[in-house]
Amino acid sequence: MLLHITNKKDRLAVLGMIILLLLTFIAILAPYIAPYDPVELNLTQRLLSPSIKHLLGTDSVGRDILSRIIYGTRISLMIAVIVVIIEVFFGVVVGTAAGYFGRAVDEIIMRLADILLAFPGIILALVIAGLLGSSIMNLIIALTSVGWVRYARVVRGSILSIKKEGFIESARAIGCSNLRIASRHILPNIISPVIVLATLNMGTIIISIAGLSFLGLGVQPPTPEWGIMLNEGKPFMESAPHLMIFPGLMIMITVLAFNFLGDGLRDILDMRINDIVEY
Amino acid sequence: MSLLDIVNLNISFATRAGVVQASDEVSFKIRKGEALCLIGESGCGKSIVALGIMRLLPGNARISGKIFFNGRDLLSLHKKAMRKMRGRDIAMIFEQPAGCLNPVLSVGNQIAEAVKIHENCSGKISRQRAVDLMALVGIPCPCKRYSQYPYEFSGGMAQRVMIAMALASHPSLLIADEPTTSLDVTIQAQIIELLKNLVSQFNTSLLLITHDLGVAAQMCDSVVVMYAGGIIEKGRMSDVFKNPGHPYTQALLKAASGKEPASVKGSVPELTRLPDGCRFHPRCELSQDICRKIMPQMKKGVKCHIQKKT
Amino acid sequence: MVKFIAGRLALAVLIMLGSAILSFSILTLAPGNAAEAILSAERADDPQLAEVESFMERHGLNNSRLIRLSQWLHMLSKGNFGISLRTGEPVAEEFRARFPATFELAASSMALAIIIALPFGVISAVKQNSILDNVIRFVALWGVSMPNFWLGLLLILCFGVILGWFPTYGSGSIVHLILPTITLGTSMTAILMRLQRASMLEVLNENYIRTARAKGLHEVLVIGKHAFKNTLIPVVTIIGMQFAHLLSGVVIVEQVFAWPGIGHFLVDSINARDYPVIQGFVLIIAFFFVLSNLIVDILYAFLDPRIRYGRTQ
Repeated sequence: MLLHITNKKDRLAVLGMIILLLLTFIAILAPYIAPYDPVELNLTQRLLSPSIKHLLGTDSVGRDILSRIIYGTRISLMIAVIVVIIEVFFGVVVGTAAGYFGRAVDEIIMRLADILLAFPGIILALVIAGLLGSSIMNLIIALTSVGWVRYARVVRGSILSIKKEGFIESARAIGCSNLRIASRHILPNIISPVIVLATLNMGTIIISIAGLSFLGLGVQPPTPEWGIMLNEGKPFMESAPHLMIFPGLMIMITVLAFNFLGDGLRDILDMRINDIVEY
Repeated sequence: MSLLDIVNLNISFATRAGVVQASDEVSFKIRKGEALCLIGESGCGKSIVALGIMRLLPGNARISGKIFFNGRDLLSLHKKAMRKMRGRDIAMIFEQPAGCLNPVLSVGNQIAEAVKIHENCSGKISRQRAVDLMALVGIPCPCKRYSQYPYEFSGGMAQRVMIAMALASHPSLLIADEPTTSLDVTIQAQIIELLKNLVSQFNTSLLLITHDLGVAAQMCDSVVVMYAGGIIEKGRMSDVFKNPGHPYTQALLKAASGKEPASVKGSVPELTRLPDGCRFHPRCELSQDICRKIMPQMKKGVKCHIQKKT
Repeated sequence: MVKFIAGRLALAVLIMLGSAILSFSILTLAPGNAAEAILSAERADDPQLAEVESFMERHGLNNSRLIRLSQWLHMLSKGNFGISLRTGEPVAEEFRARFPATFELAASSMALAIIIALPFGVISAVKQNSILDNVIRFVALWGVSMPNFWLGLLLILCFGVILGWFPTYGSGSIVHLILPTITLGTSMTAILMRLQRASMLEVLNENYIRTARAKGLHEVLVIGKHAFKNTLIPVVTIIGMQFAHLLSGVVIVEQVFAWPGIGHFLVDSINARDYPVIQGFVLIIAFFFVLSNLIVDILYAFLDPRIRYGRTQ
């Protein structure tokens, strides 16, 4: 897929890929590269500016910001990946059912999807997270309960266009089973739009995780998480702006990397922008 | 003096697959009132030459040579001067007329706009002129049809609209690029008839681009045959059709007459990978060594080493 | 066209009904006891069982789900969203008091997005692959990737704290509106800009654009009249769809700027488990989604003659 790295967009995609690989390493190796314990308080070292000892400074209770950001990468990426996997699973199952069986099944599922999409995802997630209580588990439930709908739509769309081409009919005519048709004929066709959507979606999910945590409705302190760090840094904006600058920067870089990659993939896999626009 | 005199026109495109030479040293002339047709298989560069004359090629095109129109070289004109010539002096109609009309503007509005661009008249007058033009090209109930939208027009009617739009300022040259290709056979005949009448009525010169030899024979005085971006034969219509010089023209005519299997053997080479020597030699039954090595020169209207015009 | 609009209206009513049931069920299925939450929020210690029960009795929380659902729908049909458990005021009143501030913010962000995104999207497409296009595209991608809560904090830091040009919280004047508008409008601008560029590029490849040029039409009119009008169809859709989403983005931005709108109120109510308020909010968002979609449909009819006349003939 990345063989033809000739134009600018492809280069941005590669840049995004490199950043993401780096972030993945940071997430996996967090305990080995973080200089300090991310949750250990040290009240004698409060609100220190960046220095050799604390590269990104310390927060209001003396925790090392760099270490917290490193562990935060772990939390954010982990939650986002879990959310995407669950969303893709439900989206593909429901979307395939709707597209494949058509008629009443399709009609019912798609009307339900319309209604679900009527709620801006973040609000529903907010309400769910708020009601179920704040925990990582509930955050995942809140995000996935709305997120799968878009995958279902994209999958249904590609299946309908495959159906139009008629080779499902011919596969059925020569006696292929439903399962075989699905795995040999349908899956390969839906995989690229799903990958592109998932990549772009990762960025949105990371913002949502941080946003909900920022509001106190997602991951709970003292867990090192970027949104929480922003929230905790907010009161010290005047005296110690680095508390809120670095975690935000990290969110932005991560999301940008996913968008670089997603945009590039969309071009490489030659999909029209109208099919997948981030709303 | 010729109305249009194209001299050594080269047009190429830089693409990812390589440089595409869509027009290679193309030269021909059209006199005032003459109808010339450019024939050849699809993909041989006919439409590119036409768009080159209009200077409406995409941004990655490179163009060189001379295109004299009434003695002025169009390629050296300033952008603004060229824009003023479009529609007023040279007009163009296209294949698939339905897609050539703007779906969100009323048909009459689009014709009136063509009137207004070059005549600077009031809205009322341009509207009246548009209705007259619609009547002229045989659109029934023009007043009612004026405010309708392109989706309400059939292919044939849409092409009539295009013709009305093209003739709005009585251009001295009309370029018609496969004007009937996408239409039903019966409609084709009507459109050809209409074009023929209007062209002679206004004494407009016509550059007809087609792969349909029947249409060409009906409408045109002279003919230019293109193959893989270059001209391989040109001359008066009656001469060429009666006594074709180039093996490719002979094959085309045979194919069209239906006496032989319907097509010319093989296919047009990719414009990025043209063969050495005569471009037609891989498909030519008469080809010899010289054909594979040396590009033949145009002699007496035929570009061939073997066949000579008698 | 009347038939077309009627069909859309019917769908809208259906979606509203679905939303009402959905918003009701989310809340009843949720664990945790509202009465307990409210009472313990009011006082420092845990409430007595008797107190909880009498509270539930008073607010009808003991009835079966079906009865409560039908009561809920009946209330809604009269425009009654219930009473806020926290403030004791009617939910509709609470929203009415706060809605203007939110609407002001959402509308100004939308205006900002449209004013910036449409022209720059067009320029970006017309000058495809130029330096300007690359800059615009990069800015748009950045805008999509920027978390609005962080952007808000940065703007406060830069223009409020360091430069001191704008107030950092509160509402009431144009000066107060500027930073929140930029914060909320940035991602919307970026999305619209990308869409405007993409649809312009698509339209510029259409044959009717070649026709317009072949007529000798000035390039400004080719782009501004022939192409732009065609790009509006997808762009207007997204503008409409985004408006409801904008109202939800408001939640975070209002929190950052202490903006006294419904988003701020919602977060407080979520923390207090104020069920009627949360339900009301979900419905309001759904209502705006449906409303903006209806407006989009009607606008469509103006923009696309196929829809305007198609159904009446």
